[in-house]
Amino acid sequence: MHIAVENLTKRFGPVCANDRLTVSFAAGQIHGVLGENGAGKSTLMKLLSGYIQPDEGRIVFNDMPRRLRGPGDALAAGVGMVQQEPLDIPAFTVLENLLCAAPPGVFRSRRAAQIALLDLAERLGFPVDPAARLDQLTIGQRQQVEIMRLLLCGAQVLILDEPTTGITAAQARALFAALRQIAAEGRTVLFVSHKLEEVAELCHTVTVLRNGQVVPPGQLPMPQPQEYLLALMFGDSGAAPPIYRPLPAIDAPPVWELRNVTVRSGALHLVDLNHRFAAGRIIGLAGLDGSGQQVLLRLLAGQQAPDRGQVLVNGRDLTGAGAIAFRQAGVEYLPADRLHDGMIGALSLADHFALLQRNGLLVDRRRAEELARQAIADYQIKATPVTPIASLSGGNQQRAMLALIPPTARGILAEQPTRGLDVASARAIWSRLQARRDDGCCIIFSSPDLDEIMEYSDEVIVCFAGRIGPPIPRALLSAGRLAELIGGVGFDALVDVAR
Amino acid sequence: MAVTYSLPRMDGMRTDRLKLAASLTRPMLALVAAFALTTLALLSTGVSPLEAYRLVLFGAFSTPVRLSDMIMLAAPLLLCAVGLSITFAGGLYNLGVEGQMIAGAIAAMVPLRLWPDWPPLLLWLLAGLSGAAGGALWALLIGALRQYANVSEIFAGLGMNFLASGLALYMVLGPWRRQTSASLSGTDLLPRDLWLPTIDRLRLAPAAPLIALLALAVVWWALTKTRWGLEVRAVGLNPAAAGRLGVAAARRMAETLAACGALAGIAGMLQVVAVHHALIPNISSGIGLLGLLVALLARADPRWLLPIAVAFASFTVGSIQLPLTLGIDSAIAGVLQGALVLFALVARARVR
Repeated sequence: MHIAVENLTKRFGPVCANDRLTVSFAAGQIHGVLGENGAGKSTLMKLLSGYIQPDEGRIVFNDMPRRLRGPGDALAAGVGMVQQEPLDIPAFTVLENLLCAAPPGVFRSRRAAQIALLDLAERLGFPVDPAARLDQLTIGQRQQVEIMRLLLCGAQVLILDEPTTGITAAQARALFAALRQIAAEGRTVLFVSHKLEEVAELCHTVTVLRNGQVVPPGQLPMPQPQEYLLALMFGDSGAAPPIYRPLPAIDAPPVWELRNVTVRSGALHLVDLNHRFAAGRIIGLAGLDGSGQQVLLRLLAGQQAPDRGQVLVNGRDLTGAGAIAFRQAGVEYLPADRLHDGMIGALSLADHFALLQRNGLLVDRRRAEELARQAIADYQIKATPVTPIASLSGGNQQRAMLALIPPTARGILAEQPTRGLDVASARAIWSRLQARRDDGCCIIFSSPDLDEIMEYSDEVIVCFAGRIGPPIPRALLSAGRLAELIGGVGFDALVDVAR
Repeated sequence: MAVTYSLPRMDGMRTDRLKLAASLTRPMLALVAAFALTTLALLSTGVSPLEAYRLVLFGAFSTPVRLSDMIMLAAPLLLCAVGLSITFAGGLYNLGVEGQMIAGAIAAMVPLRLWPDWPPLLLWLLAGLSGAAGGALWALLIGALRQYANVSEIFAGLGMNFLASGLALYMVLGPWRRQTSASLSGTDLLPRDLWLPTIDRLRLAPAAPLIALLALAVVWWALTKTRWGLEVRAVGLNPAAAGRLGVAAARRMAETLAACGALAGIAGMLQVVAVHHALIPNISSGIGLLGLLVALLARADPRWLLPIAVAFASFTVGSIQLPLTLGIDSAIAGVLQGALVLFALVARARVR
């Protein structure tokens, strides 16, 4: 089936996730869709598969404009999407999962469904047991089940969102072979990925999204030079030699130390981490969403206990001690979602300072308001001590969150510290964080913005598909090189050199 | 499931007149709607709504005895509602309050039966402590189920309510049965000198409302002025953020449950020593769940708990005369109470 979108626009509040997108995908081919985080890939795919509805523009299947009211609608029209996280019912068996969402009339009986399933499984080379419960399968197997479910329910277009995240190399090979087979049968495959090498290996065409638009307009035939695609994805690209040399060691004991740590979170499995995070540094974590940065931050904040190995804070073994113990040891965690898990929206800044008081039966209101007033002056927060946090602007909320960091903090973990802030606010936040660094804090931050990583990090750690690279001194890194590493180009070589 | 329950600002609010008028529109609409629904129910039974309302709304104030009945109902009701305002502040729906009241009543009976000849003052104190402890422990079981077995406190509480009424029934028919023969009407009456001092003609034990008012004052103070109260409210509003700021969120939640259980347990103890003077199977009489309605309607705001508890108690007492005078069931008070809460919640819902 040939699918096309014309002037498709989708806004989320002030953010234009898809900005008058026009592109088409021919039948019988595998189409790669590339782009950095927030480029609008997932939004486009969700629009095509009915999970969300466009604000403007048209979706056209085989020259017929369509309005998709939901994923079921899209599947009836022939479009199915395999989500990054399996959207199935874990307590069901493979067969039950297939039957429960099938449109009426697709399978005549359980038996017919089983025969159709086994038949398709053999054609695609997916080993499958129809009686196995989904929660006993690996992510890769569940993905295979989902692909087969969509095909059996009549999908002519198959959309896969980052399908190789969290599956084994063998499963990835099987997936690629199956996708080629599916395309050869005349169906359309949309392959959303940030892994350039996979796109190069598999896809017939590529579409690059940047800031909600297709750059350059329209599809590109594959192959394309890697540097060119990187430049399209991330903007400018400069070449620099891939050298790795560590920064000179600092005398102070490391704020964090990871010893042979193995940790699992969802589909990600971080194996055998050995890192020392020194005081007085700002360390940027670069990588596409879900490459392991978040797991690493949660590990260092004590919110996630390692499966194996030790986590030391200021030389003390705090493995499995819990977030409150980490906090008492001087670790401060600043989440990206300020109002979700950062601060309490209905309470004021003074209330927050009161919450930080650890002694006494009564709240010392006067002291709390004094501290709040001080913070408002120091951090130039536009608020009064009793304004509810929720009514502050994003930049002021972020400043308030920084102001609440106790002076004794030794390590600050910041998840996207300038998310949603304008340039001036972002700069103000960074000057505060840099002052903290100069006072001897170790600051580790993650950001999807490569410019921010390049501008403020002393060292950069690249995360790629659940692997944590060695720290690279900022001075030895160029924006182009960083973009390559994030896409996995030369990542193995970097890890080898570090070893 | 963590239900966040936004507590209104408790520190003195100054609003100009316009805002006040606007803020009163919705509650007034809710009030009108609740009475409209109740009137419909009354009309369907063919009685004069005005006559029924006269009894339901003012019946409790018609004689001194009815007034004191109302006070004796309002006291445990207020205790439960005050307890629930703590769990609401902590973001929990403690539907187990009924069971905590029963557990408190059973626990309060223990010292009274063990040492009936000890001085009454000491025994009342012991019964109060024992009742509070019983209710708190019963509530902590819910907390444990929530924390360690991931059971929603709503379902855990409902289950524990059944368990508690079963236990009360067992005590009444089993170990503590009447000396003559086991009876569903309850255990033997307590010795007269163990009854809480009562103004006989009025059936009024003044200690009960005093205890309830004291509890209201203490809880209001604890929630608004103490560090503990601030932490509880923070946990109720956003447990993740409170945890990030160093508040032991799970612990605070357990403490709110225990505090609510203790107050419900004291309410159960009052039912034993001040109202029924025995353990009866239906010792809680639905007061705990009625307290839930009071707390919901008051939005856990301490300033509203007392008037609403008094209003609800007077509806219930007033409606007792309905079967005699008008020949309709007294359940119409429940219809009015339920409709009030329902429409108040609808009126508060933000337009999405």
